[in-house]
Amino acid sequence: MTTELERMLETWEPVIGLEIHVQLKTRSKAFSPSACEFGAPPNSLTDPLVLGLPGTLPVFNRAALELALRLGVATESQIRARSRFARKHYFYPDLPKGYQISQYDEPLCENGHIDIIADGAIKRVKLQRIHLEEDAGKNTHVGAVSHVDLNRAGVPLVEVVTSPELHSAGDAAELMRSLHRLVRWLDISEADMEKGQLRCDANVSVRIRGEDRLGTRTELKNINSFRFVQNAVENEILRQIRIVESGGRVTRETRLWDANLGQSASMRSKEEANDYRYFPDPDLPPLVVDGAMMGGILRSLPELPVARFERYQRAHGLSADDARLLVSERGLAEYFDALVAAHPGSSSGRTLANWMLTELLGALNAEGKSIEDSAMPPATLAALVELVQNGTISGKIGKEIFEESYKTGEAPLAIVDRRGVRQISDEHLLGEVVDRVVAANPKQAEGYRAGKDQLFGFFVGQVMKETQGRANPVVTSDLLRKRLGR
Amino acid sequence: MTAYWSIADTVRNIVSGEITATVLVETMLDRIGKLDDKLGAYLTIDKAGALGQAAAIDQKRKAGQPLGALVGVPISLKDNLVTKDLVTTAASKILDGWVPPYDATVVAKLRAAGAIILGKTNMDEFGMGSSTERSAYQPTKNPWDTARVPGGSSGGSAVAVAAGMCVGSLGTDTGGSIRQPAAFCGTVGLKPTYGRVSRWGVIAFASSLDQVGPITRTVADAAALLQVICGHDPRDATSLDTPVPSFREALGGDVKGLRIGIPAEYFGGDIDPQIRAAIERAVAALVERGADTVDINLPHTELALPAYYLVAPAEASSNLSRYDGIRYGKRVDATDLLEMYSKTRGAGFGPEVKRRIMLGTYALRSGYYDAYYRKAQQIRALIKKDFDKAFRFCDVVLTPTTPTAAFEIGAKATPFEMYLADIFTLSCNLAGLPGISVPCGLTDNNLPVGVQLLGKPLDEATLLRAGQVIESAVGLGDRRPPGAAS
Amino acid sequence: MALERKEVEEIALLARLHLEPDELERMQSELGAILEHFGALAQVDTTDVAPMTHAVPKDMQLRADEPQPSLSASEALAAAPKREGDLFVVPAIISGEP
Repeated sequence: MTTELERMLETWEPVIGLEIHVQLKTRSKAFSPSACEFGAPPNSLTDPLVLGLPGTLPVFNRAALELALRLGVATESQIRARSRFARKHYFYPDLPKGYQISQYDEPLCENGHIDIIADGAIKRVKLQRIHLEEDAGKNTHVGAVSHVDLNRAGVPLVEVVTSPELHSAGDAAELMRSLHRLVRWLDISEADMEKGQLRCDANVSVRIRGEDRLGTRTELKNINSFRFVQNAVENEILRQIRIVESGGRVTRETRLWDANLGQSASMRSKEEANDYRYFPDPDLPPLVVDGAMMGGILRSLPELPVARFERYQRAHGLSADDARLLVSERGLAEYFDALVAAHPGSSSGRTLANWMLTELLGALNAEGKSIEDSAMPPATLAALVELVQNGTISGKIGKEIFEESYKTGEAPLAIVDRRGVRQISDEHLLGEVVDRVVAANPKQAEGYRAGKDQLFGFFVGQVMKETQGRANPVVTSDLLRKRLGR
Repeated sequence: MTAYWSIADTVRNIVSGEITATVLVETMLDRIGKLDDKLGAYLTIDKAGALGQAAAIDQKRKAGQPLGALVGVPISLKDNLVTKDLVTTAASKILDGWVPPYDATVVAKLRAAGAIILGKTNMDEFGMGSSTERSAYQPTKNPWDTARVPGGSSGGSAVAVAAGMCVGSLGTDTGGSIRQPAAFCGTVGLKPTYGRVSRWGVIAFASSLDQVGPITRTVADAAALLQVICGHDPRDATSLDTPVPSFREALGGDVKGLRIGIPAEYFGGDIDPQIRAAIERAVAALVERGADTVDINLPHTELALPAYYLVAPAEASSNLSRYDGIRYGKRVDATDLLEMYSKTRGAGFGPEVKRRIMLGTYALRSGYYDAYYRKAQQIRALIKKDFDKAFRFCDVVLTPTTPTAAFEIGAKATPFEMYLADIFTLSCNLAGLPGISVPCGLTDNNLPVGVQLLGKPLDEATLLRAGQVIESAVGLGDRRPPGAAS
Repeated sequence: MALERKEVEEIALLARLHLEPDELERMQSELGAILEHFGALAQVDTTDVAPMTHAVPKDMQLRADEPQPSLSASEALAAAPKREGDLFVVPAIISGEP
């Protein structure tokens, strides 16, 4: 953020609301049994209904409802037992029927919330609604004409609308990230933004700090990455403040973000009000959600990110940073939970988290793999950590064992025994080695006794050399101090 | 004579081998060739298709294979029923030459039962009209007096049936479009309970009002067609999942103890005295045979017309949004997208269709929706309640089908005058009830009169039973339209 | 009640219907005449009356998430007035989209 913006934000408060469209990962479309597939040859995923042929009728996809309900429950929304589909009318080549089937007056979900983790704390962002609708096709401009591909027309979407209560570009980006993670967590969408499976529009306005009334808002479209959200929103805030500070007025309009130019441009003024002429779709009776369906949804929900974030800190004493990392993906959280479950219990969650985040993720990242691809099951890692915790091997050896077990899949204990690297903690045995080492290096002994502290490391090293690195470092240090006199 | 066979006669003669399907079809096609130049009932005659279907049936019969319930029955279809590989236009220029890639459910059912599709019949464009004068292609003449209209919007179907150019037909009824032309042409016309028959493949006019139904010469024939086309269709979310009774069982029954509701509101001053007289004769016939009459009130009757002319155009304006010349139909090209849309639709739709689209668009505008469309939907509920109350005291409601007999071509000067022609048939659609029109006599100038029976939801059986009694007592018997008598 | 010409133009634009000047004029009076008859509706008390859609009430029936074969691209485009390979063709959008 520039200092200009920082200064402006002392006087002006940005108000941001997001409208996010998420494609649901069903196998067939919302109202037609045509398949959903990304990247198929043009117009190969249509049927008479998708084409809007005369005489065709919509029938809603059960799976789309179930996926949407998962999101509703996960956001603690009020779920309408009977919601209605509505027709939203406008003319555009990628909208075959001349109307989109959406929801208006009676949406599926209302008044939920998404929690975002900002600066280690949890901020609750209210959602106005979550509703169901169908996606449009794709229009591509080619000179004086446009080409229309209807493959995407009819794919089921949920639209998530937040209350206008985000007050920084950063929070807006964070909300988008949270939703992105949540829909993947719930397994309702791949949410790959490059494939357009999660798309965001931002409504932005500014007002004098302390004021209640909202300023004129603009709608920002074509935001298809987290980074763009931040840049586009910040850019828009700046643009609006500059206008009002110089005595002008913000025009209510839709603006298209151009990432290459780093600025937005006005589309047709929103005043030209597209009167969508919403009315309940007469082809679709009320959508009923009954107890049985809700019961199934509730039972199938995994523990959600924020709940785990708190639990990891509370029950396992993890740092906020480590907890946040573990809940950034459902796969990580589940791996960690499995680690804890596999561990007999002498080591803390912190230790397990450490080994997982440092050693395992390090190895996976180096190979570009995700946690789901991990060849090392939680039980194995847990066993390794236990070996270190109970003194069977040293931490240093543990790291070597990890690398070998990760590569070959061999059990840690088997590797330890095969390589004969059990830690030596026996005081008698180590005592003899310590004596030998000190006796063999009288000059260094004298130097250390005379005050050269750094020579301590030399003696530790020698003991390690004699014991092939197997000496218990704590016991070794102890014995050396006794033998050397300090 | 062959031209005026019943369905039962036709099936018996085909099954017994008395006549081959091929000869029957050739006879029909011949007759159409002779009569239809003057009458204009057919838009498309599928000679090759019909003969092909006939040949296949003759083959099956020879091979002793099982034959369907409508085997060899020559049927015509209103041109808003989508037929695979056979031009379907809804009598509009905007669908000029459109060849559908799929069959409507009702069409598929007829084919599966062995019926032979002779061709597609003329109608008011998109079903909007009460005289078939609004077809974009040709006028259709009433065979009883070719200076008069056949009624609409299923005028072509009614004429084809009345003049022996098919054995039966399927029309559609949104505000009376089966019953009114049936009455004008001296045929039987039945509109089933809303949801009884699938709307998949029915070119939509008003989604919450449209239903497909039979137009036939006798009540027994109507029952036979109804039996084949009724039933739940998973492709139509508004179709009912209730069991379909055997309609044949309703035939040949008596009306002893049947309570016939006579609503005061339908017998006011505007009815032609000859119509009134014929209706009274029909009532007397029923009473003679053991029925009782009950005076009832349907207080909200007067609101049916304005309610209908809000709901129907509103839904129509929405349903017709898909006609834009992009994926099918006729296009008027332009370099500008907006111009292309507007010129295509401006040129492709006739004046009545444009009028109703404008009316519907007006009614759905934000700010008007509550006062118009929503209000009209509430009025519907009140009209339905009127009938619910009445049906506690009667089993069927009896009214004239139309206030006058067939009027002269060009007689209705203003749109509103035309709308008044439907005044007795509208409530039935608004309330979603089943209704039948049965011929009950001729006026002094040899024009047919129809009496209407309205039934409880799902009670087509009572309509058929009582309708047949009227038919045998005061029906037209063997009287045929002049010029089509042989 | 007569409709203002401007209003009729707005509705025609919303509905994407090109009307010739004489059509516009006629539409003004015809629509006005029809709308006048709807005044009766406003008088009726409909408080607490639920809008009706079905005579026999029914709830949504859902569809199993089983993909069915799609039309081939050539079938999908068979009736298209204008096409470019397997794509529908329309005039370019005016700058500033909905």
